Amino acid sequence: MPKTGRDGVDKVVSAIIKRIDGDIDGASLAQFVRLIAQSPPVWPVGGRWQDTIIGTEIPSGCSVLDLGCGTGELLEKLMTEKDVRVQGLEIDPEAVIACAVRGVPVLQMDLDEGLEGFPDGGFDYVVLEETLQTLRRPLTMLGEMLRVGRHGIVSFPNVAYWRTRLALALQGSIAVGERGGHAWHATPNIHPLSIRDFLDWAHEHRVRVTKAFALSEGTVRPLAPEDNLYAQEALFFISRG
Amino acid sequence: MSEKPHIYDLPDSPHSVGWTEPRTLRLASSEAPMKLEGGASLGPIDVEFETYGALSTSRDNVVLVAHALSGDAHVAGWDKTAEALGRPWRVRKPGWWDPIVGPGKPLDTNRFAVICANVLGSCYGTTGPPSLDPSTGRPYGLSFPVVTVGDWVRVQARLLDALGIQRLRAVVGGSLGGQQALEWALAFPDRVDKCIVLAASPRLSTQGLGFNAVGRFSIMNDPHFRGGEYYGGPIPHAGLAAARMLAHITYLSESGMHSTFGRKFRTKGNHGFGVEFEVESYLDYQGKTFVERFDANSYLYVTRAMDYYDAAAHWGGGDLVEAVRRIRSEVMVASFSSDWLYPPARCKEFALALCRLGKPITYVEVPSHHGHDAFLVETDIVGKLLSSFLADRRRPHVIAKEG
Repeated sequence: MPKTGRDGVDKVVSAIIKRIDGDIDGASLAQFVRLIAQSPPVWPVGGRWQDTIIGTEIPSGCSVLDLGCGTGELLEKLMTEKDVRVQGLEIDPEAVIACAVRGVPVLQMDLDEGLEGFPDGGFDYVVLEETLQTLRRPLTMLGEMLRVGRHGIVSFPNVAYWRTRLALALQGSIAVGERGGHAWHATPNIHPLSIRDFLDWAHEHRVRVTKAFALSEGTVRPLAPEDNLYAQEALFFISRG
Repeated sequence: MSEKPHIYDLPDSPHSVGWTEPRTLRLASSEAPMKLEGGASLGPIDVEFETYGALSTSRDNVVLVAHALSGDAHVAGWDKTAEALGRPWRVRKPGWWDPIVGPGKPLDTNRFAVICANVLGSCYGTTGPPSLDPSTGRPYGLSFPVVTVGDWVRVQARLLDALGIQRLRAVVGGSLGGQQALEWALAFPDRVDKCIVLAASPRLSTQGLGFNAVGRFSIMNDPHFRGGEYYGGPIPHAGLAAARMLAHITYLSESGMHSTFGRKFRTKGNHGFGVEFEVESYLDYQGKTFVERFDANSYLYVTRAMDYYDAAAHWGGGDLVEAVRRIRSEVMVASFSSDWLYPPARCKEFALALCRLGKPITYVEVPSHHGHDAFLVETDIVGKLLSSFLADRRRPHVIAKEG
């Protein structure tokens, strides 16, 4: 199986060329591509890869608002390791209770209610991890993040990831290509987007991307131009341009 | 629910605070009365309170529990004075929050010195309408001054002063007790480390005002009420019982009542107007037992205090965010999904106001079908929230920088 996104795509492309050259038949090509497309992507072991980067990149003693903080692992880490003033917002009652039990300040609310009333620049960083694509009004939230926070940190699964593209091309069914593989009617990801979509938005709205990272076949690296094809997930540090 | 069998920690259990005894202190006198929020001065003021667990040498381990509308200072354990002081209802049951307060329990009396005082205007040992007015030698009745949640908290502060306790590790309460906890954080921001508000919002809803009005109407229109001067004669039994029955419905939820009682009959269906349904029987029992243990005038005063409480109006000129700006304690708010007396949306307003100021806040909406009563019934989850919130953690940014 491919070790990098590039390996996988290269293998598929060379198989297509072999088919064109007549070295393999159509059935073999289809079987090969299907095999590659269906092999699950590699995910990093342990906690969220984004947490590691955020923990490294943000300075000690700052303030962080985490939108959709889940069970509070990131915020606990930031509190204990970096002396960060934290606040989480989360909708799921079980997750909220888990936060409270680990001592992470958390407010149970639906992010689709928006951040009205939160003062401008109230936090140094506002984090939106793996949540943007689940919101009813994602653009409103992106705008609100950059109003309430001096910096925004956004991560999402890249819908243009090559495996997702292949799965759609070959199976003709919406396989969102996310961790967990929800069916179309069960996925929380109601606004899937690609890295290109996000960068287009940033450009259009004069939002500056100060740092960007990609997860590709289980490896985290600085985002490269071709990662709209190779990255499973991406993470952006943004601020008002 | 009093008709269900209970498993209590008996006095000899290692998890019970054991046998308890209320104490009373005089915190204001006729010569040096206390000025109340409503303008009147009151003295003497005697306050009945209980304590559990040992005070640390630095006196920094005190948790104040604030009781709700019909509560008392007897939070945990078994009252050895129950018979002697004419409180037979305490003989069969431990204090009202016994699952939460005791050795190894969420408010762990091995760590904390827990204290609770009966509120001013109530009828469990603290000065109230049934107390003797020294100027007349008769019970105050309706000549007792109107009291507020703010007055209650100032009386509690006097009690702590008298006991030599400057700071509270935490103040915690549910319902009207939750409003006292909130008022503590507002009135004495430098005396409270952690504030825990359960099933309470910064003010009672319009619907809640309505319920209280009906309760008081029922009491005041009982033929035995006689302008509150019923002491020594027949008491306004029916009026107080009806007030309690109505209030009890507001403590439950539609789904909770349905699952507990359904439409089950107690009788075969007599086509009469006696107690026929299970739910009627339950409410009837609640009304009857309440009359045995609560004073009708106190009910008027305590519900009025509940009506008047409005943290935003008092501390922020009507603006809740401005009001909570003065809070310096860490705050946890828990609401309960089916509570329609203090609905989650109203409880959340307080949490959001703090969050908007960048102050750390924990707000949980606990899923429960037990309605408002959930703060007393859901002891597992409430206990877990309390014990983790009270755990010692390195919290460098407990107090947010003033924005």
